[in-house]
Amino acid sequence: MIEGLEERFREIAPDVDYCSLRYLDETSESLTVRQNVLQPVSTVTDAGAMITVAHQGGIGYAATSDLTTAGLKAAAERARAWAERSSGKSVADFATLPHSTAQGEYETPITTPWASVDLGTKIDRLREQSSRLKSDDRIVDWAAAVNWTGAESLYVNNQGARIRQRFSYIVPVMSVTANEGAETQTRTLGGYGMGRQGGLEVLDDVGFYSDAPRLAQEALELLSAPDCPTGTMDLVLAPDQMILQIHEAIGHPLELDRILGDERNYAGTSFVTPDMFGSYRYGSDLLNITFDPTRPEQIASYGFDDDGQPATKEYVIKDGILLRPLGGATSQARAEMNGVANSRASSWNRPPIDRMANLNLEPGTSSFEDMIGAVEKGVFMATNCSWSIDDSRNKFQFGCEYGRLIENGELTSIVRKNNYRGVSSTFWRSLKMVGTEDTLQVMGTPHCGKGEPNQMVRVGHASPTCLFENVDVFGGV
Amino acid sequence: MQSYFNALADHLTTLLQGDEVYTAQFHGEDSEFIRFNHGDVRQAGSVTQRGLGVDLIDGMRHAAGYVTLSGDTGADQARLTTLVASLREKLPFLPEDPHLLYATEVQSSERRGSNAAPAPDVALDAIRQAAAGRDLVGVYASGEIASGFANSLGQRNWYDTSNYNFDWSFYHEKDKAVKTSYAGFEWDDAAFGRKVDVAAKQLEALARQPATVEPGPYRVYLTPAAVYDIVGMLSWGGFGLKSHKTRQTPLLKMISGEASMADGVTITENTKEGIAPNFQGAGFLRPDHVTLIDGGQYKDCLVSPRSAKEYDVPTNGASSSESPESVDLSAGSLGSEDILGQLENGIYIGNVHYLNYSDRSACRTTGMTRFATFLVEGGEIQAPLNVMRFDETIYRILGENLVGLTADRELILDPGTYFARSTASGRMPGALVEDFTFTL
Repeated sequence: MIEGLEERFREIAPDVDYCSLRYLDETSESLTVRQNVLQPVSTVTDAGAMITVAHQGGIGYAATSDLTTAGLKAAAERARAWAERSSGKSVADFATLPHSTAQGEYETPITTPWASVDLGTKIDRLREQSSRLKSDDRIVDWAAAVNWTGAESLYVNNQGARIRQRFSYIVPVMSVTANEGAETQTRTLGGYGMGRQGGLEVLDDVGFYSDAPRLAQEALELLSAPDCPTGTMDLVLAPDQMILQIHEAIGHPLELDRILGDERNYAGTSFVTPDMFGSYRYGSDLLNITFDPTRPEQIASYGFDDDGQPATKEYVIKDGILLRPLGGATSQARAEMNGVANSRASSWNRPPIDRMANLNLEPGTSSFEDMIGAVEKGVFMATNCSWSIDDSRNKFQFGCEYGRLIENGELTSIVRKNNYRGVSSTFWRSLKMVGTEDTLQVMGTPHCGKGEPNQMVRVGHASPTCLFENVDVFGGV
Repeated sequence: MQSYFNALADHLTTLLQGDEVYTAQFHGEDSEFIRFNHGDVRQAGSVTQRGLGVDLIDGMRHAAGYVTLSGDTGADQARLTTLVASLREKLPFLPEDPHLLYATEVQSSERRGSNAAPAPDVALDAIRQAAAGRDLVGVYASGEIASGFANSLGQRNWYDTSNYNFDWSFYHEKDKAVKTSYAGFEWDDAAFGRKVDVAAKQLEALARQPATVEPGPYRVYLTPAAVYDIVGMLSWGGFGLKSHKTRQTPLLKMISGEASMADGVTITENTKEGIAPNFQGAGFLRPDHVTLIDGGQYKDCLVSPRSAKEYDVPTNGASSSESPESVDLSAGSLGSEDILGQLENGIYIGNVHYLNYSDRSACRTTGMTRFATFLVEGGEIQAPLNVMRFDETIYRILGENLVGLTADRELILDPGTYFARSTASGRMPGALVEDFTFTL
């Protein structure tokens, strides 16, 4: 449907200060084998375009799946009507905001394309993993799944910008649930956070073909494990928990639209204020956080954001000091601050807002053994299963599927119902050791919700294992 | 949109070969969205979207596909022709599905709403007038929503409504705010004005010096909006047959008889009084009511067609998520007009935020207070409360620690707009609760 679209847009683009077309065509296939039974195979083809008009200081958009000349023209008229209607009533004078003039392309590197393996073979591979998860009568539910999405986008505007991007996303999912009496325990492959860009090679890279027996065994072990102890102690977090810790307690509070107040009715505000950038000690010297859309295998990598801004890697926290917010061109202009290229929309039918994309914790110098060895009394926690944080992104509480006690520098018994809580503004200062590159995992999820109207987007986080000191941890009821 | 949908359904029938059957589910909406910050427009626009999901069935094999539609009948019939051909190509790769179940008894229905939602200018002007001199933030959504079901057996179900939902907050400063919604089918300036006045009055109370309390147990009043969110947590796997059979329901202790809720707690999927369609994607109609918890005891589950086949029980028309869409918590006997007096000393919780399970098997949840939450002493508001984290089992909140539920209930229309505008709703009372545990 992309053929001729740019020409049709040029034909109907109204005579206004700014007009853009953002087109997205996504095809998805979802394969799930649950309890060794193939679930309904589903394919989704979703294509449409959003026309955005800025005129007379106002701004408006119109989204349509009618991509004919007439359909685009009608959408442009609706967008223009909204721009005129909001003129003089908007949070900013949109006539003065900068717009992209960039031209370029981006494409996900793929080793084994999704379509290169036939449907029957893909199903057989899932069945094999499903059967490996059912290792005991106490296992009451289990599933292996993979979701693929291929996407093609086009951004053009009346300022000369033209950007074409192609993506391939793979999200592997594996879960196993064991039960005994009134106790149920579930283990998953990375807590549903194993999404990446690429082809079927992703499944090899994330352990999809190797981890089923381990997950099943751990779910069974958790059934009879004691609860996580309660108290203030050291805490070692695996990458599949660190992704939530980074996401909720660094990513969201640094979003510039939250700081500007746009999200206060829904996702919330932020404890971070504009005056903190450049001087605020967010964490210990070991905390280095980057906005990195350039890591090719990570799920939210791209060449340009949805406002057409070129995407580059930037430090947002360096040596513990807060440097810049996560805000796209519009927010940067409104706040008169620097930012990053993170104006993103969930699809063609939602307008771009400030999102996280890939937000990564840079590796440090400590081995996993060094970190465990440095703990006299503590807990190692892995795989997020519960997350909650206040609307200023400060008071948080997280839960993990799997825990191991650390006693006198050694990992000892398994513990379950692993929870900890803290306050973002001080928690990161307790970061005591950061793992080396070989403890790092590249993770990502398609499920980050935000915005009014609501939007669900893909976000990526790469993190090494990390050690925090003096954390409030606790177990079950 | 209905005649367009029927034309697509008829076209699908012509595409079938041999013993093939199809089921199809349609969604369409023509929406206007206005997002506000500081009383001004942040983003405003229109979204026109239509899509059809088709399940092509041949015996016990089937393949499903969804395609976005343009709204042009001819062009969309061509898209469906391509879709059905691609689904047919998949069928040889697919095994028979032992859990396939779709409606074979034709039960057509039609539920049409009036088209009286206000023009965008009317709402925009009224909202900006209400925002004058105040810090208003939120979103206005309006327009037509339509759903349809069709199959090759001749069943046709149609639902459409045209409504608006303005979900907004007045902010005092930082995180101190009052959240309100004004939703319905015909805009009424006077009714909106009353909502604005109530919110403005609470806003005055937020101007007082905020208080912080120590973690520990407190007597609290949870407004209907807060109760809706807590019941919403239960709805996340609590009521579905699959989650019960696989022992993943947070109500595990209730179904095993180890825990219960208070006698006065009855939770129902009340399709008759909700605004969601009364049919689902495999063509089954929903009964007017399904009682999920009856007098504090587990009663029935929501059963999707797949679960019905898997566990050999009848379906009750639940969607594949097996979550309530029109959830109803029974009223109690507390008078709402003097709720602060009945709370006497404690915390009035206007809203809760970001709930999750801290011990799912024990139905223990954590979350935050949010928006208009006040410290109350002697039946009077003393101060707004800085946000607090709670960690409690729902068995205690709606069970042993429940003092009572209010006699008045609120119909809450879900403002959710992920992928499409929601038609979910809840009818909720407020709840007075003892020893509600704050932890941070």
